Amino acid sequence: MRAIGGDVSLWPLLTASLIALACAYKEIDRGTAMAAGFAVAWALGTALIVGHSGPSFGWGPAIALGALTVAFARAIARRGLFAGDPTVATIVVVIAVLLAIFIFYPVAKSLLAAVFDAQGRFAPQVATQRLFTEDIWGLGCFGGGTRCGVAVNSAMLATIVGMLSTLLGLVFALVVQRGGRRYSGILKLMSILPIVTPPFVIALALVVLFGRTGLVTGWLDACCGIPRSRWIYGLPGVTLAQLLTFSPIAFMILFGALSAISPALEEAAQTLRGSRSRVFRTVTWPLLRPALANAFLLGFVESLADFGNPIVLAGNFEVLSTKIFFAVAGAQHDPGRAAALATVLLGLTLLAFYLQQRWIGKLSYVTVTGKGDGGLPGKLPKPLWTTCFSVAGLWIVFTLVCYAVIFVGGFVKDIGRGDMTPSFAHFVAGFGIAFDNKASMFVGSAWDSLFTTIEVAAISAPLTAIVGLLAAYVITRHRFVGRRAFEFLTLVSFAIPGTVIGVSYIVAFNVAPLELTGGMAILVLCFVFRNMPVGVRAGVAALAQIDKTLDEASSTLRASTLRTLREVILPLLRPAILATLVFSFTHAMTAVSAVIFLATAKYNLATVYVINRVEAGEYPLAIAYSAVLILVMLFVLLAMQLLVGDTRLGRRPAAALVTGN
Amino acid sequence: MSKMQGGVVFERVTKKYGSVTAVDDVSFEVAQGELVTLLGPSGCGKTTTLRMVAGLEAVTAGRVLIGGKDVTLRAANERDVSMVFQSYALFPHMTVLENVCYGPISMRIDKAKARELAREKLRMLGLADFENRLPSELSGGQQQRVAVARSLVLEPAVLLFDEPLSNLDAKLRRRVREEIRELQQSLALTVLYVTHDQEEALAVSDHIIVMNHGKIAQQGTPNSLYETPNSRFLADFIGDANLIDGELARAGEHASFASGGVSAPVRANGMEPGPATLAVRPQRLRVVDVAQGVVPGVCKRVAYLGSRIEYVVSTAWGELLAFDNELHPPRRRDDAVGIAFDPDAVIVLPR
Repeated sequence: MRAIGGDVSLWPLLTASLIALACAYKEIDRGTAMAAGFAVAWALGTALIVGHSGPSFGWGPAIALGALTVAFARAIARRGLFAGDPTVATIVVVIAVLLAIFIFYPVAKSLLAAVFDAQGRFAPQVATQRLFTEDIWGLGCFGGGTRCGVAVNSAMLATIVGMLSTLLGLVFALVVQRGGRRYSGILKLMSILPIVTPPFVIALALVVLFGRTGLVTGWLDACCGIPRSRWIYGLPGVTLAQLLTFSPIAFMILFGALSAISPALEEAAQTLRGSRSRVFRTVTWPLLRPALANAFLLGFVESLADFGNPIVLAGNFEVLSTKIFFAVAGAQHDPGRAAALATVLLGLTLLAFYLQQRWIGKLSYVTVTGKGDGGLPGKLPKPLWTTCFSVAGLWIVFTLVCYAVIFVGGFVKDIGRGDMTPSFAHFVAGFGIAFDNKASMFVGSAWDSLFTTIEVAAISAPLTAIVGLLAAYVITRHRFVGRRAFEFLTLVSFAIPGTVIGVSYIVAFNVAPLELTGGMAILVLCFVFRNMPVGVRAGVAALAQIDKTLDEASSTLRASTLRTLREVILPLLRPAILATLVFSFTHAMTAVSAVIFLATAKYNLATVYVINRVEAGEYPLAIAYSAVLILVMLFVLLAMQLLVGDTRLGRRPAAALVTGN
Repeated sequence: MSKMQGGVVFERVTKKYGSVTAVDDVSFEVAQGELVTLLGPSGCGKTTTLRMVAGLEAVTAGRVLIGGKDVTLRAANERDVSMVFQSYALFPHMTVLENVCYGPISMRIDKAKARELAREKLRMLGLADFENRLPSELSGGQQQRVAVARSLVLEPAVLLFDEPLSNLDAKLRRRVREEIRELQQSLALTVLYVTHDQEEALAVSDHIIVMNHGKIAQQGTPNSLYETPNSRFLADFIGDANLIDGELARAGEHASFASGGVSAPVRANGMEPGPATLAVRPQRLRVVDVAQGVVPGVCKRVAYLGSRIEYVVSTAWGELLAFDNELHPPRRRDDAVGIAFDPDAVIVLPR
């Protein structure tokens, strides 16, 4: 540890480490546990909470701290915690420590910035001022005239988007689920689009279509004399963009819920002399209500956290996520203000998640039973079907036009001004390759960021999968005190908006002892801990399919937990592992909100590069790059799908995975 | 039974889940080379007991000894037992041979030797031709035998079976249970077997432990449990029984049982006079003419099953079920009949 150098605060740490070592050697588990636990707590406490001005953490202290953590975990396992299983203890303790360092510590630290004034003095009254200003909570827009506060804007936008995206999702779900196999193409499209589309792409397309010089605007001006305006910048534009971006998510939820309603229920209602519309009203709709509430809240949360669309389209309509960004990155640089805004955003998000857990958890009707009921999904009442079909059709056309704009836009001179002369100029500017002295050179300005993005995504994806699946394994397969708390910890970062994480990382990791900003490591860490909940969920879902008796059989056959994990669980989890890899890879490539704070000139990311081009007004290059990003991710998705296809077990389908009853 | 070297000793074991007591102060022994069955209705704690022997559940209080050694605090992978699971729990991604080799390789026996051991057991169970198949490519009965081979290969001190027949169809069930018993006897295996099927338990066991509400209700040989149940629960649970509530009266050597105003001679078996329950197996009741019977009644239902005739007769003792295994000419519905029985063939239980 190179930090040792007369620093008095390090003596207790050193002493505790030595005691831990001695106890471990003598096999006094209680001593090891206490000393190692104290050492870890002391090190983290002095370094992170008290803060010291010493040099930054290097590999040495990191390894020493890791070793102490593992020693602590194994010692408490031998004392009887975690059912005496050292492997489980190690996994739980290590992940908990990592979450503490990379989620809870930065978020807490940055939110606390709200109670310090510009000179760094503790000043609670400043916090009150910051939190309760007209800027955040003002209701001026309803009375007429002045503007509303950002929190009100955000909440209003999120409510509108939540409701409309739920409605659209329902329309699509009804068409696809009740329309028969003909429309299953929509299902595929809707499930893939949100994964491969960076969050600002739709906004870009909308600007190209409806901006002041947009294609549609120009056409309307020419044919019908509707004057050009900037209506798209503001609430209508952001709403439209978020609807296009998030309604696929609502669709996926509602499609799942509709499919889970046993056809036998509707058939029963029909045989009880119910007309089509009566069956829909009295059976289908009530059973859908929990899913509708769920879809609404998810749309609400996604809209709150969205950064890509508002930064392109919001104009004077300010929302929390972009306001936080400008409070840190803009000319004003006011971390206290950013912290106050982040607190409000986090509060709104957590409130929505809380409602989801409390309210919907109790509402859900489980209609799926072990025995599969036969029967066909019922037909919709005629007027409802016609309405749904037309709305869905129009919306699909609109979506396709948006994507067409992206794919055409990169290859014409200036689609933003209606100049449709074919041109490769933007593509060359971004992705030009020069052949010089037999060596090819990546001279395009976008290459650096693309390579960095792929590198960061490729490094963080396997890490995310490992951490997420290990957490899922201990959560589903082992009973230990604090299991539910641990599960909550692993999933909670899902509820923290990216912007909040970004601000937090900037505040927390800008100074020693963990000086990470400006490097690539912080990008990787950010992705790993932000995407981990998805790995955990995928793992939990996959493990639920693998009968627990397999673990027990392995255990009674004298295998250690480690061997069970390696030989039984991991091979059976392969599909889930690949799914998590794909997800975290594509998510790392499309993320904007958190990393826009963390990317630097040296380690720039594709999405940040595109946003910067948009800010600079270079739409065509931004559009060309977006198209390339979408294609890269489609390619990755396809490649992974081929890989997964080969991992089916045996010559019969994978049904064998579910053994027992 | 004495504490024999290879067996299991379960000593005053209690298992609690929070405030719920699943197993309540249970003690029993499994002697070496014996097949002992834990029998009981679902939720009686029999599977929990088995899992505590395996080390898959921790005991709340008490001790578990295997082969004379206290293993109470040892994990499952450190105990000399192996288990055949209800679902078989064959690893779906491994071939039959890999499944059977799994245990020996866990014990760091080298691969070639492990394969040899595995093949030997597979041959013994008639699975030699299937070693390269995946479990999903085998029938239910074959999967079951692979599970047995996988457990046998470790030559454990105790072999545990958790409802091994419940995933098989009725015909196969009978054959497989005979195979298991045959294997156990020829290799002198020590086996602890869990089932909720009393017929299965009677067929395979040396000794049966009947559990109810987390406690041992009665234990003994199949014959003694069937013939001399010690409680209403036992009489009802093992085999069919007519249970009649009434009063036991005594006059010197002779005892009689009265219910609904009709009394009949019975053997008291040391029971004091007072409220009692009479348990009678249906095949011990004879349907005769009214004059020859002890209890008069009216024939309510008649079912001719080929191997026997089943009667339900309405009497002052309630509706009685009686089997006629001799296939006398069947009586008709609403015929007046009498019920007769041998006083030695009924059991008087405390009420």
